[in-house]
Amino acid sequence: MAKYLLLKHYRGAPAAVNDVPMDQWTPEEISAHVQYMQDFADRLEKTGEFVDGQALAPEGSWVRYDGEGRPPVTDGPFAETKDLIAGWMVIDVDSHERAVELAGELSAAPGAGGKPIHEWLEVRPFLSAPPTITE
Amino acid sequence: MDEALLRSLIPGVLAVLVRRGADFAAAEDAVQDALVEAVRVWPADPPRDPKGWLVTVAWRRFLDATRADAARRRREDRVDEEPVPGPVPTSDDTLRLYFLCAHPSLTPASAVALTLRAVGGLTTRQIARAYLVPEATMAQRISRAKRTVSGVRLDRPGDVATVLRVLYLVFNEGYSGDIDLAAEAIRLTRQLAAAIDHPEVAGLLALMLLHHARRAARTAADGSLVPLAEQDRGRWDTAAIAEGVAILQGALARDRLGEYQAQAAIAALHADAPAAEETDWVQIVEWYDELVRLTDSPVVRLNRAVAVGEADGPRAGLAALAELDDAAPGAAGGAHPVPRRTAVAAYLHERDGDPATAARLYAEAAREAPNLAERDHLTRQAARLNSLRGR
Repeated sequence: MAKYLLLKHYRGAPAAVNDVPMDQWTPEEISAHVQYMQDFADRLEKTGEFVDGQALAPEGSWVRYDGEGRPPVTDGPFAETKDLIAGWMVIDVDSHERAVELAGELSAAPGAGGKPIHEWLEVRPFLSAPPTITE
Repeated sequence: MDEALLRSLIPGVLAVLVRRGADFAAAEDAVQDALVEAVRVWPADPPRDPKGWLVTVAWRRFLDATRADAARRRREDRVDEEPVPGPVPTSDDTLRLYFLCAHPSLTPASAVALTLRAVGGLTTRQIARAYLVPEATMAQRISRAKRTVSGVRLDRPGDVATVLRVLYLVFNEGYSGDIDLAAEAIRLTRQLAAAIDHPEVAGLLALMLLHHARRAARTAADGSLVPLAEQDRGRWDTAAIAEGVAILQGALARDRLGEYQAQAAIAALHADAPAAEETDWVQIVEWYDELVRLTDSPVVRLNRAVAVGEADGPRAGLAALAELDDAAPGAAGGAHPVPRRTAVAAYLHERDGDPATAARLYAEAAREAPNLAERDHLTRQAARLNSLRGR
């Protein structure tokens, strides 16, 4: 088994096929989308492949050390040009193929018009513990 | 309360229930109930025959649960028809359980989880912690596995190779937190070796012992990797090495070579060398030739290239690496590169006196490394060569 991080972006990912901002969907479409994500997570929990998942607020800051005795520097509230991560899910699956298969399924969440969003998800493997036998 | 004793009894008790016709999932529940009861009763009133006690209590629990079921009549009939169990060797029962938990219908991850639970007697929480997943996730994984094998009849022997692969996976998972999976794998393989006379079981046990023997020397105090050649051999566990070598010799004498025996033979040759320079690389290459014949795995071919590089010089090693690329298309960096191929190439180029190429390849290997310890190690190698050249 290997763990993978599925990253969902607000911005920074290539455009989705069904690329309509969420605030222009109908309330029913939003509910259907949320339900799809919930069902997806529930199903993975039942297959024993779910590890964790969280949604992130769009507000975020870049922070940097600014020297001894000085407060850290932040880049201010303006984040228009940044890559923004909307949320993440960690899965624990048998193979890379299975991780890609699940990410594809998650990307099919319904959006505007009830049609799949076809959004891009980033799939990143976790670094694992070294195996005992390597030679 | 001797928890180790209790755990060692679980597989035998479970196997008796399964053999008497209990559904696997129900049997497992009944055994868990019996364990809870044992923890409550035994301190004040220890049984003379702990296993017999557990079988009796678990079987009674199973019957109670079965009778409470809607399909009561039918199942009671089946229980009535069940012959009174006669004396059956314990080893056979335990063996059934190993085969069931490694059944080919299970994914490797499920087989590993079920084996640790049913044969190893670990709790779901302990297994979840060892694999760094939530307890609920591991509970689902185990109960799905139990459902998958619940209809399996164990009326013929299973495939030993499948069981060994599951135990090997557990061993290679290493350890994290309070459960040492490598030690657990050794315990389970020991138990299997006692139950079954098979040279590859002995080969795997020897392999595990020989690798486990080097564990204390494998990482530095800060957690960084120490390559075999630089390990402090004084920290190797000589008792474990002696045991592993003895078990291996017994297995090899049977003249039925398999991949675990061959791997153990290589590990034994490393363990035998008083210093890295005294390693018998020529013999190690011969064992890798056997392994290539037995498995033809690209990983084995890669390791063979390292051994050839030590036995016949880096040029010969690089030639063996080129053969690997021919044998496994894409190995040189395609869609599925052989893990650590770049790291091996870097090492051979360095020994061949080409630090510039070696540094570049070490950096590339670091980017491909599947774990942090290896990545850090390879990055340091690249940095070491780059700083030497910069001077």
